Order: sequence, then structure tokens, then C-alpha cells
Amino acid sequence: MSFVQNYPFFSIVLSLLCAVVSFVVPARWGKRLTYFLLCASLYMQAHLLVFCTAGHVSFSYMMGHYPAPWGNEIAAGIIEPLMALVFVIVILLSVSGGGKYIESDIAGGKQNLYWVMVDLAHVALMALCYTNDIFTGYVFIEICTIASCALLCIRESGRTLIASVRYMVFALIGSGLFLIGVIYTYAITGHLLFPQLYETIQALWAEGTYRFAMTAAIGLMTAGLAIKSGLFPFHFWMPDTYGRATPASSGILSGVVSKGYIFLLIKIIYRVIGAEIFAASGVQTVLLLFGIAGMVAGSVSAILSRRITTMVAFSSAAQIGYVFMGLGMGGQAALLAVFFQIFAHALTKPMLFLASRDLSEASGGHQEFRHLRGAAHRDPAAGIAFTAGALSMVGVPIFAGFIPKLYFAAASFNMGWRTWAVLLALAVSTVLNVLYFLYTAMVIWMPNAPEQREYRVHRDDRGIWAIVVFIVFNLAVGLGSAGITTLLTQGFDLFCK
Amino acid sequence: MKKIDKDSLLGLWLTGDLNLTDRLYTDPLPHPEETEKYQPGHDRKTAVRVTRCFQRVYTVCAALLCMVFAAVMLLTVANLPPYGADDAPTVNEVAERYVEKGTEETGAVNTVAGMILDYRAFDTLGESFVLFTAMCAVTVLMNLRGKHRRLRVETETVDYHADPIVRTMCKFVIPVILVFGIYILLNGHLSPGGGFSGGAILASAFIIFAMVWGEERASRTIRVPVIKGVTLCALGFYALSKTYSFFTGANHLHSIISPGVPGRILSAGLILPLNVAVGFVVCCTMYSFYMYFRRGEL
Repeated sequence: MSFVQNYPFFSIVLSLLCAVVSFVVPARWGKRLTYFLLCASLYMQAHLLVFCTAGHVSFSYMMGHYPAPWGNEIAAGIIEPLMALVFVIVILLSVSGGGKYIESDIAGGKQNLYWVMVDLAHVALMALCYTNDIFTGYVFIEICTIASCALLCIRESGRTLIASVRYMVFALIGSGLFLIGVIYTYAITGHLLFPQLYETIQALWAEGTYRFAMTAAIGLMTAGLAIKSGLFPFHFWMPDTYGRATPASSGILSGVVSKGYIFLLIKIIYRVIGAEIFAASGVQTVLLLFGIAGMVAGSVSAILSRRITTMVAFSSAAQIGYVFMGLGMGGQAALLAVFFQIFAHALTKPMLFLASRDLSEASGGHQEFRHLRGAAHRDPAAGIAFTAGALSMVGVPIFAGFIPKLYFAAASFNMGWRTWAVLLALAVSTVLNVLYFLYTAMVIWMPNAPEQREYRVHRDDRGIWAIVVFIVFNLAVGLGSAGITTLLTQGFDLFCK
Repeated sequence: MKKIDKDSLLGLWLTGDLNLTDRLYTDPLPHPEETEKYQPGHDRKTAVRVTRCFQRVYTVCAALLCMVFAAVMLLTVANLPPYGADDAPTVNEVAERYVEKGTEETGAVNTVAGMILDYRAFDTLGESFVLFTAMCAVTVLMNLRGKHRRLRVETETVDYHADPIVRTMCKFVIPVILVFGIYILLNGHLSPGGGFSGGAILASAFIIFAMVWGEERASRTIRVPVIKGVTLCALGFYALSKTYSFFTGANHLHSIISPGVPGRILSAGLILPLNVAVGFVVCCTMYSFYMYFRRGEL
């Protein structure tokens, strides 16, 4: 066994230790520890990805002295370290880009707890990426839920408290449904680890026993994770949650936490239930319909919103709709598009939240569109970042957001009525996206009066490199999609059963 | 207050009539909200009617949805294998090994302790960090130290300390509860109990102390650094010792931890110290929840 194979476990344990130590040390040491942790984790995921890709290996890692059906396990192939790497990059860029606002938004006595929560969110995401055990998945979903609520409510204003209560309620309903699904699954299979579950479920489905309970369990687990990641009609917590948090938290919550749940769902679909049974259970079609509804409803809500952060948050609902539409289409081609959508959204949304906060700071702290006239002239860096993000989300070629749309369209052929549904949804949603992002871009670049352009604020340039890196990654994913496609296709050979 | 524009101000100054004791003001720059006022699109009555109508429809839909959901859940439960049956799917090689070989392999007479702290220790590590996360989240939300101190509401409290019966009884009861909690912690691998239940019992003793002798007194006795230190040591020990155990297990290395002789107090390898660590974490978490909800600080 190679030493590199210990890295998933090391990244989990290291961030647990960092979280506990950050709890007792002053905030500046907590910050340093978190940055150290994120950099170390970045190195470990990258090294593991290289190791797995070079050898084309996937492996399971025994957590303790007891093998598979008895002890806990984590597993890694190519997909898992790749997702973990993206998550770590986005967390790192979000906290460094939003670092100046962490200092101003959060009371001094609570800043070390902010870093504790970042560490805990990191450990939860790593565990969700690597877990090979459905109950471990549930435990770390809990950590993720509580940590993200704390990341939200640590900015003490009245509205964030309301937002976090709302978020908590939705997230707990999601966790509860997922747990009930896990219990049903355990009751009819007697296993908790993915490989054993897969075999038992295949056998049970072929026999036809407990089919109703199995369908209910699949539905409940899917519904739980879908509610937690904000699928229509459960996306109404998004504007307050993402819009009122400090930008670093918004970036982490919208960029990676929701993707962590989605990735766990993908693992459950492909490694626990099996793609054929998922399709046969009927849950897949339901996901497709809700995903399409989410794409349209999220965009319509975004058009109707008056505040920039609300608009960006509702656009997240639309983008999550794309992901679930892809899961509802089934098949590896659609799954490829889903992963590109996850990458594009994770690399763009935090940048949009950072930029919209910068723009609103340049407009006297207002977030309403009528106050943002010409804001991009007052803060050009934020204006450029927002425009790049908007272009990516709309799906303009050379940006990351173009690739998933192309792949969704390509994957949709020869699927009967689904082809038309998907193509129509893509067309409608793209037009709606253009409407609200174009409107916002025009608002921020076109001042009503010349003096709105000249009025400049003293810009705090700390963390600007994070925005630059976000733009670079967006372009890199958009231009280098061929390499990533090869990597993902190789990963699917190991990942999908 | 007089309102004077620039020209007349200049005139006053030139004629010498300017009285500087008057408080003068000029127009402030118009606030953007005043220049373009928000106009609601519909009149109020229609909005109220639409809202009421929507709420009625919403209630009906929610009730229907709940009924459908309840029906589906009941049907699913009816479809599940009977609980505790001999041929249930949960009675398989997993449960068989836990029950038959559990004591021999883990050294714990209490099979549940062997399962949660040895076979599936990673889940339990996660669970104890769920408690830690919850503790930090409650601190974020409820800690009123510093500038929020004035927000604290004075609640009417019963002065238990003045009551000779309660005070005297508690003096006797608290040590007994503490000893019982420690017994549960230390015997977790031999008898029912363990970290979670023992920690809850220990915490109840501290909570009784805080209730009777007052929260301020409790804060002075059990100080914040102590709670933080105990949490740090317990979780740090848990994470580090399990790191060793997982690392040796996964890499097939020899581990110095042995199950020992089942039934002895010093047996079952790491299970005993881990129970103590979990117990401390549970105790600190419950006690700090009580203090935050009650006093607003530790």
C-alpha cells in the first residue's frame, strides 16, 4: 500500500485536529491554522489525484482493523480526489477573497469560531467526498449542516438570524428524510457499506422483494439531499442564506456545501443503488422534471428580484436545477455534463458573491439595483469579475459555464420526450439567464449621470488575487475542457459500477 | 430653526445681520430613496386578498401533502421485514460477527461499546465532532459576552440556595451523581453505558450545581479555560489515538493496542480511554448549552 493512499484519511484527521486547536487559540492563529490546513489539503488531494490518474487505480481504505462489512471504510478513485480538490480550491479562494469582510462583519470575540467552522465544513466535505459508508455520510452531513448554519449566523444582523433559522429548518428536514431513507435501506439489506449495499440491492431488485420499500428509500434519500442542496420548490431559503451571509460564507455555502450533498447523491446513485435501478424506480424522471422546473423558476425569481445578492442567489437555484436535470437524464454523457456544471458553478458563484459585495460597498453599502448604477466604474476589478462570472453563468463560449450546456444538449439526444424537454428547458433557461445577467451588467456599467462614474471609493485591495484566480480557473475549465473530459471519463470507469 | 440658502446667507453676512447663534442648515443631499420612491404595484386591498387566498390554498396543499407522505411512510413500514425476526435481512454475517466474536476481538464485554468504539469507530469520531460543532454553533449564537451584555434579560428565578432542604439535599446528591457518572464512564466496556450516557450524567450534576448555587457561582467555579482545555484534550486525544489505530489498521502494521482480558477493568484496548474522552465532550457540551441558554456566557 502506497503512502499516498493515506492522504484522504490524513486530510480528514488533520482538519479535525485543526478545528479543535482553533477553538482554544486566538483568532489570528485560527486563521493561520486554517490556511495551513487548506494548503496541506490542497497538496494532498492534488498528489492523490496524480497518483490515481497515473496508475488508473481506485482503492478502499480500511478505517481500523476490521475489513469491509464490519468496519468503516473510505474509498478513492479519480473522481473523489478531483471533487475534493475543487472543493478545497473554492474554500481557499473564498476565505482569502472574502477575508477583509470576515474581519469587518464578524465580532472580534467570535472570529476564532469562524475558522473552527471553516475547518469543520472542510472536514465534512472531505468525508462526504471519500466516504464508502452510508452512515458515515449521514454523520458528516450533520456536521456540514450545523457548520454551515454557524457560518451564516456568525454575521450578527437580525436578518441573518432569520435566514439561518430558515436554512436550519430546511436542512434538518433534508437530513431527517435522508436518515429515514438510510434506515429503510438498512432494514431491507442489513448493510451500510457501499459495495455490500450495491450487491444486496441488485439481488433484491432482481428477486422483486421489498420493491416498494426500496423505492421509498431511494426517493427519501434523494429528496433529502435535494432539499439540502436547494432543488425547486425548496429553494426559497437561498436568497436570504446566500445573500445575507458574509461573502466568504456565501461562497462556501453556495459553491461547495450544496455540491457536497450533490456529490454524495451521485455516489449513492452510482455506487449504492446502481444507475439502472435508479432509472427503474421512477425517481430519476421526477428529478428531471423538478430540475427543469427549478431552472425556469429560479431564473424567473432572479429576474423579479430587486437586490443584486438576491438575484445571484436565485440564479444558484437555477444552476442547481441544471445539475438535477442532468441526474434525471441518466447515462454517462449526462453525468459528464453534471460534473462540468458542478465545477463551473463552484468556480463562478463565490466570485459573483465576492464581486457583488464589492460593488455594493462601492455604492454606499446598498444592494438594490437602482443604487448600483455605474458601480463597475467605481470598482473596476469587481465589475470585471462580475461580468466574467455573468458571462460564464449565461454560457458564453471560452468560459466554464458553456461546457455543461453543450454537453447537456449533446447528451439529450435519443431520449424520447426527454430530448425535447431538455432542449426546450436549456433554451428557455439560457434566454432567462441572459435577461437578468445582461440587465445587471448594464446596470453596473452604465451610470445615469457622469458623476456616478467618477465617484471612487478607496478600494481595499486585499484578496483581489482570489478574484483573479477565479477568473483564470473559469477560463481554464472553459478552454481546457478536453483534458478534464478525458480525466472524468477515466474516472467514470472506476467510479460507476 | 431657520432655513437659509446660500445667497441670502451671503446677504446677511454683508449687511452684518448674521446671527451666528442661530442654528443654520442647508439642504442635505437628497437620499436616493427620496428621489425615486418605491411604489407598490398593486393596491393594498388586492394584495391582502391575494395573500389570504394563497395562504388558504397553501394550508390545504400542505395538509394533503402531509397525508400523502404519512400514507407512503406507513405503506413502506408495512413492506419492511418484521422487526427482530430470525430471517430479517439485518440478521446477517455482520451482526453475527459483532455478537459472536465481538468480545474476543475488541475485548469489550459490552458489545455495543465494541461496535461503536472499535468496529465502527470512525462514525463515533464523527458523532463526537457533531457535539463539538453544536457546542461551537451555540457559542456563536448565544454568547452574550462583551457588547451584548446589556441585551441580557433578567429572568425571575427561584432562589433554591435559600431553601435549606434543596441545598442540603444537593450537597449530598451531587457527589453521588458524579461518582455514578464516573462509574458509568469507566465501566462502559463491561456493562451498559459508556461515554454518551456517562457524560450526560456528569453534566446533570454540574447543571444541578449551577441551578442551586446560581450561574455566576458556577461560572467562577468551572472556568471557561477549564471547559475549553477539557474539550481540547478529550477531542485531541480521541482524534490522535484513533489516527494511530486507523493508520496501523489500514496499513496492516502491528498495533500495540491489545484487547486484554475481557471482563477486567483495564481491558478492551482503547475503548476505556475513548469512553472517558467521549464522556468529557458530552459533559462539556451539555453543561455549556445549559449555561448559554441560561446565562448567555459560560
